[in-house]
Amino acid sequence: MEKMIKLIIDKKQVEVPQGTTILEAAKGIGIDIPTLCYMNLGDMGIEHNPGGCRICVVEVEGRRNLAPSCNTKCGDGMVINTHNIRVLNARKTVMELMLSDHPFDCLVCAKSGNCDLQSMAQQLGVRELHYKGEQSTYKVDYSPSIIRDMDKCIMCRRCETMCNEVQTVGALSAVNRGFQSVVAPAFEMDLEKSVCTYCGQCVAVCPTGALTEKDHTNQLIRDLADAKKTVVVQTAPAVRAALGEEFGMEPGTLVTGKMVAALRQLGFDSVFDTDFAADLTIMEEGTELLDRLKKHLDGDKNVKLPILTSCCPAWVNFFEHHFPDMKEIPSTARSPQQMFGPIAKNYLAKEMGIKREDMIVVSIMPCLAKKYECQRDEFKVDGDPDVNYSITTRELANLIKQANMDFKTLPDEEFDNPMGESTGAGVIFGTTGGVIEAAARTAYEVYTGKTLEKVDFEALRGMEGIRSATVDFDGLPLNIGIAHGLGNARKLLEDIRDGKSHYHAIEIMACPGGCIGGGGQPLHHGDSSILKKRAAALYREDAGKAIRKSHENPYIIKLYEEFLGKPCGELSHKLLHTHYFDKSNDIEIE
Amino acid sequence: MAKIKLAKSKVEKLVEICKSFDNKGSELINVLHKAQETFGYLPAEVQETIARELNVSVAHVYGVVTFYSFFSMVPKGEFPISICMGTACYVRGAEKVLEEFKRQLNVPVGETTEDGKFSISCLRCVGACGLAPVVTVGERVYGRVSAGDVADIIKEYQK
Ligand code: SF4
Ligand code: SF4
Ligand code: SF4
Ligand code: FES
Ligand code: FES
Repeated sequence: MEKMIKLIIDKKQVEVPQGTTILEAAKGIGIDIPTLCYMNLGDMGIEHNPGGCRICVVEVEGRRNLAPSCNTKCGDGMVINTHNIRVLNARKTVMELMLSDHPFDCLVCAKSGNCDLQSMAQQLGVRELHYKGEQSTYKVDYSPSIIRDMDKCIMCRRCETMCNEVQTVGALSAVNRGFQSVVAPAFEMDLEKSVCTYCGQCVAVCPTGALTEKDHTNQLIRDLADAKKTVVVQTAPAVRAALGEEFGMEPGTLVTGKMVAALRQLGFDSVFDTDFAADLTIMEEGTELLDRLKKHLDGDKNVKLPILTSCCPAWVNFFEHHFPDMKEIPSTARSPQQMFGPIAKNYLAKEMGIKREDMIVVSIMPCLAKKYECQRDEFKVDGDPDVNYSITTRELANLIKQANMDFKTLPDEEFDNPMGESTGAGVIFGTTGGVIEAAARTAYEVYTGKTLEKVDFEALRGMEGIRSATVDFDGLPLNIGIAHGLGNARKLLEDIRDGKSHYHAIEIMACPGGCIGGGGQPLHHGDSSILKKRAAALYREDAGKAIRKSHENPYIIKLYEEFLGKPCGELSHKLLHTHYFDKSNDIEIE
Repeated sequence: MAKIKLAKSKVEKLVEICKSFDNKGSELINVLHKAQETFGYLPAEVQETIARELNVSVAHVYGVVTFYSFFSMVPKGEFPISICMGTACYVRGAEKVLEEFKRQLNVPVGETTEDGKFSISCLRCVGACGLAPVVTVGERVYGRVSAGDVADIIKEYQK
């Protein structure tokens, strides 16, 4: 049995299990001690408490020094004051010291209004700085997805925890010491040269403007103003389940119709849906899965199973760097973003009677890795990218604010056609388990030739990091694995490498929760209940759709009839599939 | 695939060093010490190899190498100068001596002068506290060094 201990916090008696920190004990009785470096990602089982910033100090009577409450355990009989004058002054001093080595860029900082350092300074009532410190000047690192401005780093090291423990990528580490210390990739090289996957999870937890996304909104505003260009937009499924949060709406509110209206008002010539391309992904990936499965069942030793999904570009980066020996197992199907691009520029442009180079394809994504994906060479034709650039949910929210629209009162509008029509299967791509469920709906019907009675595969849903389920394909038990978060993906991959995997197909998403928890989404500040609400919203949209299986999307059927031919056919291969690279560092022996 | 070049014998030696510490990530500091003892310094290729053998990230290895001043990423000079930063030496003004070496040679700690002659590093207590502050150049030990002695010491090797 857990031993209980008694203590007094701010004159209130508390009883907590041994091992509880002062911070948690205080929280239990409604005392909200301010924190900065501390981060608790409940459901992921990650508690980050390096005790570095000392904003959370409290007075423990009888002790000479103030104690950081986030990593000091309660002791029996302790008497604690969380807000007497000594504590308040100490916190203020700590904050002032931190600010003395911080650039005063707030007014023009990308994180302004959303920065924990800024709001903490405000909460602590800092009004003047008593310390003039030397300002560090570290080169700003511009990668295709992420900008690192280490002058704004407060060394909370949350990003390291995300990158190394949650994602197991190992791109970042604290380097140097004292005043010179920063968080950086190996040899302080640029992120672009490192093993970074651009999952953006470090950006999502950075409390300051030290890590931000590469902003493409200015380029977008310029293109929208250019009369010669036809600007079309595609919106990823996860965006509609989170965008409302930026306008004070409840997490989990679906704002699909308002988002479409806002995009139209911003001046896009056509507003389309990435969900359409998700349906297309299912056609291609599902066909590839069945093909490999059939060959495998026929005893063909050359086909490799499990097949892995390939719609998450951060996941693609991850295996290219860390598991290049297995680069033949993921599906060759491009991500929905990159399926949309070539269809828009090769098919739609013709339908619309415009030239490829006059069309700008923009995507709205919950994702930072998609920015990098847009500029991969494989996805360009004579230097012209299939998708010109991608902006995040957060950037879109800022743009809507800049355009002084009252988002909440916008009317609900419908996507344009043909590339705006999608099924419920395309919608659930945005959450962990959704891609494989969408694939199962189509693959089942194609494989068995029967109608699927119940399209909801409840067993594939949920938030556990690794899930497995067996789906009955009319007598053939299909073993399906799901992982979200690259650390979980790594476990499944190592099993495959060791020959211990029994799966036929595995879905992998780099971000915890899938795209709903993407690095470009409104910040959830570690509150995983928000992720659950976003996922529920997508399943709601799916349930409300008239058509819920990708292969029944009438515009997809038409696209194959008029243009592509058949799934995994010659044209599909050229436009909708890709290949992977070995990006590992190899030690060459001289 | 980016290639990192390293001589076969060096790789073998590193593999052996890592093995002698059971390829444990927690032994990283000891492995780095041993590797520096063997090669004199820790270039990127050596760090990459160690990271791979111990199954830790290269960023982490680099983080550790840059955290401790006794690790160096550049080859030592022909005459490696080490200044003891142990408590006794520190209290008796080792820092001033260090600053003076840095100023006169115009290189920071852990680096080597352009002509390859001198490098500066800091040490933990070298066990000659009675002579504090202590400076060594190669094998030679200088005791009770003051900032004023620095020019003379350098001159001895500059012929
Ligand atoms: S984007 Fe992802 S992989 Fe890259 S540094 Fe951040 S957490 Fe690590
Ligand atoms: S980059 Fe951001 S998350 Fe990382 S240590 Fe600095 S402030 Fe913290
Ligand atoms: S899970 Fe989604 S948001 Fe995250 S990196 Fe992958 S595609 Fe992007
Ligand atoms: S929040 Fe406790 S030390 Fe930073
Ligand atoms: S402190 Fe320098 S020799 Fe002991």
